[in-house]
Amino acid sequence: MVQTHTNIKSAPEPVVDLQGITRRFGKRTVLDGIALRVGRGEIFGLLGPSGSGKTTLIKLITGIDKADEGEVVMLGEKMPKLSMLQRFGYMAQSDALYQELTAKENLLFFASLFGLSGARRKERIQAAMSVVDLLDHLNKPVAAYSGGMKRRLSLAISLLHEPELLILDEPTVGIDPVLRQSIWKELTALRDRGTTIILTTHVMDEADKCDRIGLIRDGRLHAVDSPQGLKDRSGADSIEEAFIVLGGGVRA
Amino acid sequence: MRTRALATRIISQFVRDKRTLALLFLAPLLVLTLMHFVFNGQQVKPDIGTVGIPAPMTDRIDPDGAHVTSYANREEAEQALRDGKLDAVFSLEGGKPSILLEGSDPSMNKAVMLVLQKSIQADMLTIQPAVSYLHGNEDLSSFDSFGPVLIGFFSFFFVFLLAGVAFLRERTTGTLERLLATPIRRSEVVAGYLLGFGLFTLLQASLIAWFSIDVLGLYMDGSIWLVLLMNLLLTLTALTLGTLLSSFAGSEFQIIQFIPLVIVPQVFFSGLFNLEAMDPWLQKLSYIMPLYYGADAMRGIMLRGEGFDDIETDVYVLLGFSVAFALLNVVALRKQRAI
Repeated sequence: MVQTHTNIKSAPEPVVDLQGITRRFGKRTVLDGIALRVGRGEIFGLLGPSGSGKTTLIKLITGIDKADEGEVVMLGEKMPKLSMLQRFGYMAQSDALYQELTAKENLLFFASLFGLSGARRKERIQAAMSVVDLLDHLNKPVAAYSGGMKRRLSLAISLLHEPELLILDEPTVGIDPVLRQSIWKELTALRDRGTTIILTTHVMDEADKCDRIGLIRDGRLHAVDSPQGLKDRSGADSIEEAFIVLGGGVRA
Repeated sequence: MRTRALATRIISQFVRDKRTLALLFLAPLLVLTLMHFVFNGQQVKPDIGTVGIPAPMTDRIDPDGAHVTSYANREEAEQALRDGKLDAVFSLEGGKPSILLEGSDPSMNKAVMLVLQKSIQADMLTIQPAVSYLHGNEDLSSFDSFGPVLIGFFSFFFVFLLAGVAFLRERTTGTLERLLATPIRRSEVVAGYLLGFGLFTLLQASLIAWFSIDVLGLYMDGSIWLVLLMNLLLTLTALTLGTLLSSFAGSEFQIIQFIPLVIVPQVFFSGLFNLEAMDPWLQKLSYIMPLYYGADAMRGIMLRGEGFDDIETDVYVLLGFSVAFALLNVVALRKQRAI
């Protein structure tokens, strides 16, 4: 994408920059004063229990939802902004697929929404499906897919338009260990090619594979550091222990 | 381009869903056929018992209009009436004809009165007026009279239901959120739905109109193209209203709850029942009901052979409803995505 390069003024400019993000639903404050910077080419993991506000934060970054206070800046543009929806790939927590349609029809539909057509669209569908190893199942109806296959198809859809930023909400939930490993291999390969990845997870050992982690709990970001940094800081051996020490110390 | 992709997707989903297709296309035909048989059946023939009526008078009772049985005395006839064997007892009391009606069925009462009055009046030398019809003819059945309203109603009802449920499912399965995480505009979402569903509603409207007129033989005095136009506009209104209201429903069951609130009142104001007997201020409620305009125009075209000039207002009002509902839907989608 030519456009993106013109936007980059200096190297350290963050891909995503959050400042003082607060989001309330009625009287309940779901996110409280979140500040976060995600740099180019890193895998950033948001780690926290369910209900901690991970998905809400993801929705604010993508511009699907709007913060009550604070500012979200993605790739130098203030969110939410319609044209920015072209710039990142998104995978929602639930497999938002059209069950009656075949995988190919799903891919064709989303590719068209991202403005792909003709030979380029065909080429991208092949490429994305080979990444998630589903090429053999292209013409199957999604209803006949297993849970893991649906997750992988969702990932393929988010890769269709070759975005420079990937936002993945619980990409490996409900996937068996072998597949999970292969998805992680793919994510690191994407990162090495320069793609920035933001993902959420509540699996502690998965957090170890991220370049940096943000510990989120009760709508507050308690610590942001590399996995090793978090362990060192808390004097813990595992991310799980580090989470307990740094995440407020109180067991839920 | 995005609109077209969305429309294409809706069409391929629809084609896979055979049951929904059947509901959209076959259910209205089934119900219309049933209605046709119920309201076009044989004329009701009342059973009349006579007591002490002179033969020349009973002979004048039209044998095609009623079954006449003669009873020896009043008690016997009244017993038969109580037993449900008779619909009326016709007798002479003090030299004057008197009629005792069973009374529980208004249409039966009317049939009895019509037959007997004819036979009594034939006694007097009255001048029979020459009867002719400005619209319709003497064979016009009640099905012919409210058939045009039914065509509009069934198109409206089934499209409302399907569009509402389809749009709701897009939301509850999470695909709407996924869809809105792509650079599609909210207006493109609404337009895509209109286009995709529009194709099926066009087919449905044509099928219903053709079936009622050519197969069921509904009375038709106007242009089939105008009937199709009105039917299409009605379904377009149903489509936009259905998708709009689905934004305020949390489940399929809650869509069903809109039926008594949105659909049933429209039936009352659609012209199936005569509104003139209603309070004038209540009559005005019909102005906010899309079905009222559609039914008014359909009746005008089919029964009175009205042309475009006569139904122009109805056309514009329905178009206005559709545009307003579609725009509101674009606004309502804000609930799903901030931009």
